[in-house]
Amino acid sequence: MIEITGLRKSFGAKRVLDGVTLSVPRGESMVIIGGSGTGKSVLLKCILGLVQPDGGTILIDGAAAETGGREAFLARFGMLFQGGALFDSLSVWQNVAFRLLRGSARKSRAEARGIAIEKLRRVGLAPEVADLYPAELSGGMQKRVGLARAIAAEPEIIFFDEPTTGLDPIMAGVINDLIREIVTEMGATAMTITHDMSSVRAIADRVAMLHGGVIRWTGPIDTLDTTDDPFVRQFISGSAEGPIEALR
Amino acid sequence: MTALLAPLAALGRIVFDALAAAGRIAFFATEAVSHIFRPPWYPREFLAALMQIGWFSLPVVGMTALFTGAALALQIYAGGARFSAESVVPSIVAIGMVRELGPVLGGLMVAARVASSIAAEIGTMKVTEQIDALVTLSTHPMKYLTAPRILAATLAVPVLVAVGDSIGIFGGYLVGTGRLGFNPATYLKNTRDFLELWDVGSGLVKGAAFGFIVALMGCYYGMTSGRGAQGVGAATKAAVVAASVLILAANYLLTEVFFSA
Repeated sequence: MIEITGLRKSFGAKRVLDGVTLSVPRGESMVIIGGSGTGKSVLLKCILGLVQPDGGTILIDGAAAETGGREAFLARFGMLFQGGALFDSLSVWQNVAFRLLRGSARKSRAEARGIAIEKLRRVGLAPEVADLYPAELSGGMQKRVGLARAIAAEPEIIFFDEPTTGLDPIMAGVINDLIREIVTEMGATAMTITHDMSSVRAIADRVAMLHGGVIRWTGPIDTLDTTDDPFVRQFISGSAEGPIEALR
Repeated sequence: MTALLAPLAALGRIVFDALAAAGRIAFFATEAVSHIFRPPWYPREFLAALMQIGWFSLPVVGMTALFTGAALALQIYAGGARFSAESVVPSIVAIGMVRELGPVLGGLMVAARVASSIAAEIGTMKVTEQIDALVTLSTHPMKYLTAPRILAATLAVPVLVAVGDSIGIFGGYLVGTGRLGFNPATYLKNTRDFLELWDVGSGLVKGAAFGFIVALMGCYYGMTSGRGAQGVGAATKAAVVAASVLILAANYLLTEVFFSA
């Protein structure tokens, strides 16, 4: 379970997170929606320790983040980055097996390659892709490889940062379905940030809306369309009229 | 009065910024060096860096040394002729190459080739979130990216300098025997007789220092790169400029330490 309380983060004079409080129960898929630049990525990065928050607490299963050491803490997480963030200098299978080839739980190269190929198959990629390099892949294939890397070490918690950005609607649908299937079959706790409403509907058990540095609304996915919160209503309808200021 | 103080204020800001940057680089260097000695180590990354920095820099360092040695022989011959001291060509070419020109020009060529590529590679990794991805995969970027490159450059550049010294002396030998009429055996004997071990050793120590500077600047500016293509471009330029200036400054300091009476 992830419990975030009063999380604050500013960059210079710009206050990005201004007291975010959010709870994600174990095994649940939480999707955080919000406009561009509202701090969704910063929130994920604060949990992972990639960005140091100015205040607030983050508890994972009741314990402060990084209790038991940084490596053990990070080993519980997998993350799919917005642009894939695949390592250009490594082949696809070496990207997927990156964690398996290093650290305290290191496996032999043959075993790690076998697991990588299995994970690639799980995300719909043929074994022949394993020896290609990221630059040789299409955007959709890179997302799949990023997904395979995120799940390779079977983490308890998976973060998805804008998983469908830059993909055509059909490929976005495929990636959404894959994420939903994988999260369900692994029983993982998932946090996804997106402003793609098709992703929200495909992936979420619960939805939270981040706006103005705080969680503006949160609720189960089936209440998203019936809420009378004006911010959520404007966001899901994509209207320029409403409380969320739209620059034109 | 305010108009009078404005240039002073600007100067003060520049000095403070420079001191702050020096402090940040010193902290970065300390952390990077500490990771060289603490596990986990990444031998594959180290070997890849060794190939990239050492082996692939050989052609450019070799060509630079060859032409420098050749030009040096011509210059010393022409200069020596003014006071009938043409015979010093072999010894001055050798001493000049191994003490100064080999390490300095080798260091500058490696700075141009390696500091730029390290800064561009790490900078691109930073802006495409690959550094963040490394962290989420339980891998410390300083251990995985910085430590192997700094160690590889510190070890590889002295070897490059040694090879460059030999090629430079050979360049002088080619011109000396082919164009200036030196007897080949006499040229080699003069080279050998006047060269002391510390001449070579001091150049190699300089090479190690320059290699450290090159990789440190590449890694530092890559890791602190700004966003987008412009940020990576600026980081690359800053890495090459800083590495080149620091090599020349370090060369003066080391020469003072090694050779001042």
